[in-house]
Amino acid sequence: MTGEVAVKPSRHLHSKPLLAPSVGALFLWMVVPLAMTLWFSAEHYNLLSPGKTAFAGWENYRDLLTHRALWVAMGNTLFLVGLVLAITLILGTFFSLLLNQDFPGRNVCRLLVIAPFFVMPTVSALIWKNMLMNPVFGLFAWITRSLGFGTIEFFSSMPMLSIVVIVGWEWTPFAVLILLPALHSLNPEQMEAARLDGAGPIALFRYIELPHLLRPMAVVAMIEMIFFLSLFAEIYVATGGGPGLASTNLAYLIFRDALLGFDVGRASAGGVVAIILANIVSFFLMRVVGRNLEDLR
Amino acid sequence: MNRIWKGLVLLASAALVAWILYPADRRPELTIATVNNADMILMQQLSSEFEKQSGVKLNWVVLGENVLRQRLTIDISTGSSTFDVITIGSYEAPLWGERGWLVPLDDLGADYGYDDIFDVVRQGFSYQDRMYAAPFYAESAFTYYRTDLFGKAGLKMPVQPSYEQIRQFAQKLHDPEHNVYGICLRGEPGWGQNIAFISTLVHAFGGRWMDAGLKPQITTPAWAEAVGFYVDVLSKYGPPGATTDGYNENRALFANGNCAMWVDATSAAGSLLDPSQSRVANTTSFAKAPIAKASNGPGWAWSWGLAIPTSSKRAEIAKQFIKWATSRQYIATVGERFGWLRIPPGSRKSTYEIPAYLQAAPFAPLVREAILNAGYTKPGESVPFVEVQYVGIPEFQAIGAEVGQEISAALAGHATVQQALALGQAEAEHSLEGRSVK
Repeated sequence: MTGEVAVKPSRHLHSKPLLAPSVGALFLWMVVPLAMTLWFSAEHYNLLSPGKTAFAGWENYRDLLTHRALWVAMGNTLFLVGLVLAITLILGTFFSLLLNQDFPGRNVCRLLVIAPFFVMPTVSALIWKNMLMNPVFGLFAWITRSLGFGTIEFFSSMPMLSIVVIVGWEWTPFAVLILLPALHSLNPEQMEAARLDGAGPIALFRYIELPHLLRPMAVVAMIEMIFFLSLFAEIYVATGGGPGLASTNLAYLIFRDALLGFDVGRASAGGVVAIILANIVSFFLMRVVGRNLEDLR
Repeated sequence: MNRIWKGLVLLASAALVAWILYPADRRPELTIATVNNADMILMQQLSSEFEKQSGVKLNWVVLGENVLRQRLTIDISTGSSTFDVITIGSYEAPLWGERGWLVPLDDLGADYGYDDIFDVVRQGFSYQDRMYAAPFYAESAFTYYRTDLFGKAGLKMPVQPSYEQIRQFAQKLHDPEHNVYGICLRGEPGWGQNIAFISTLVHAFGGRWMDAGLKPQITTPAWAEAVGFYVDVLSKYGPPGATTDGYNENRALFANGNCAMWVDATSAAGSLLDPSQSRVANTTSFAKAPIAKASNGPGWAWSWGLAIPTSSKRAEIAKQFIKWATSRQYIATVGERFGWLRIPPGSRKSTYEIPAYLQAAPFAPLVREAILNAGYTKPGESVPFVEVQYVGIPEFQAIGAEVGQEISAALAGHATVQQALALGQAEAEHSLEGRSVK
């Protein structure tokens, strides 16, 4: 940025004070809540027993780390992030390739494919829970029952997978939203040339379209990961984290401690653990993505 | 540039003058937090009358039960003064009264009719004989059943069924081919959901949550028997996917004709008898809540009441509102204007002397009896806390949430009853660690 400006400015201007408002705002926004979370996480602090706050040291962390719930929740979080990422990327690529073809009614189709992304998470969870997956009133139950099979109890027998399906349905459009324009930007002459050289559709996809899509795919993965790590509304509405801990992720576990147990200390400790986990996951993801981008050059 | 500035200054001063001259709404205001139950929605509709009478302006915050509870707990425990009137249950009122978070409501005047309130309900809202919330409506639990299905199968529901009879009825009436399930019960985890029913079931089987020294009793044989019964009956003769069915889901299932029996709160009776909300209005009847081993009945007692946080600066006006909303006159107004099935029941003795109500609501005497016999003190031995479908200690919300999750896992078949109860016991012990009776 500064490379071209070699001339020393004639008026000496202190620019640092001008940064103060934004730095101050950032401080208020980030550092204060973070510091408070760290502080609360080292306290015995339950909203229902006021006046009994006391310094706890590592006790909240010890409680949390020796508790089965945390490890189950972590496993669920990683399962959810990994599987939904895979589903949205695969389905997203598939739909993008389809919608990139020329066929009548393409615009309407594109609109329909994108639409689920604009439904609020709570609303789509309610629709899936009560209208589609409900074993008594639901559409799926009606289909399986009229075909002569029994009903599937989605939220009791496979709660986590049901959540994955709901979230996958919501977020596949997002992948399409990014990948479809990326496909558009592919030079058609390149495809044409490859086709003249005798490349079939699979070879075209494998050697031209997929490499072209890797970079936008990395972007999709990054953005989605940020949202999936803290996924909450779908779980809250559809399963309430249950049965047992079967669909409790880290965000839901923190909610349970903070708002069902009113244990601010333990919930804050959970928050800190979640921050650490997010950093670890994003560290690895960044490296994988970064290497991908390097290879492309 | 200059002209733009001038224009802006002119506009700003005009706005300022208009703001000063505009006649401000100088009526005193009350901010009321309430739950989105049908009875409270009616109260909100009728409140314009109170506004006219008193010249007070009311601001309403209406939330779902869980969200309301979280919001209010955080609000009141951190001492912020957002609300002047709050809607709380009999679980919160004594706990919060004890902590000095609520204004006592003993001075609403002689014409309020304190004697008219059911004693058990009043006790439920009291700490050391001072009332901290005024009862809006109260409920207990009983058994709903379908007379047409019982008639077709040649069965007869006794006035006081036992759980063993319930099991046999459920087995005979279970007909999943036609979408009719033997019995519906709460399965959604939560201390206000499956745990509310399971507590009464455990009491019926002679068990309890904890002993006088606050030691959890979840691994006792009574629990194993009660929860074993629950898991067995509900997974064999219940609707599919019962682990996500709470009070509202079950009410919908029953109203839609999918349940032969349902044991739950009495407050659903009004809407199930209302043909505009229920397909089974003409074929629904009622029996007492089932019993098993304990003689003192399963005990379900819940009331919703209105209270004033001590942080409110308008406590006197708030008292006027509470007096209006929980009065005999209010109940009569609702009955005359909206129909007697829609009055807030269970709070006052005089309600059960209104002929029009008794005629419209055939279940009324049964509800009255259930409320009177539920009792706010625990069954059997005396312990220093309330134990009904919840336990009146602050830690119960967390314990109930955990144990509810474990039992729902057992219901889904992810764990055995023994495993679930052992985990529940460990959780409860952990929550109560270092806690002793005052």
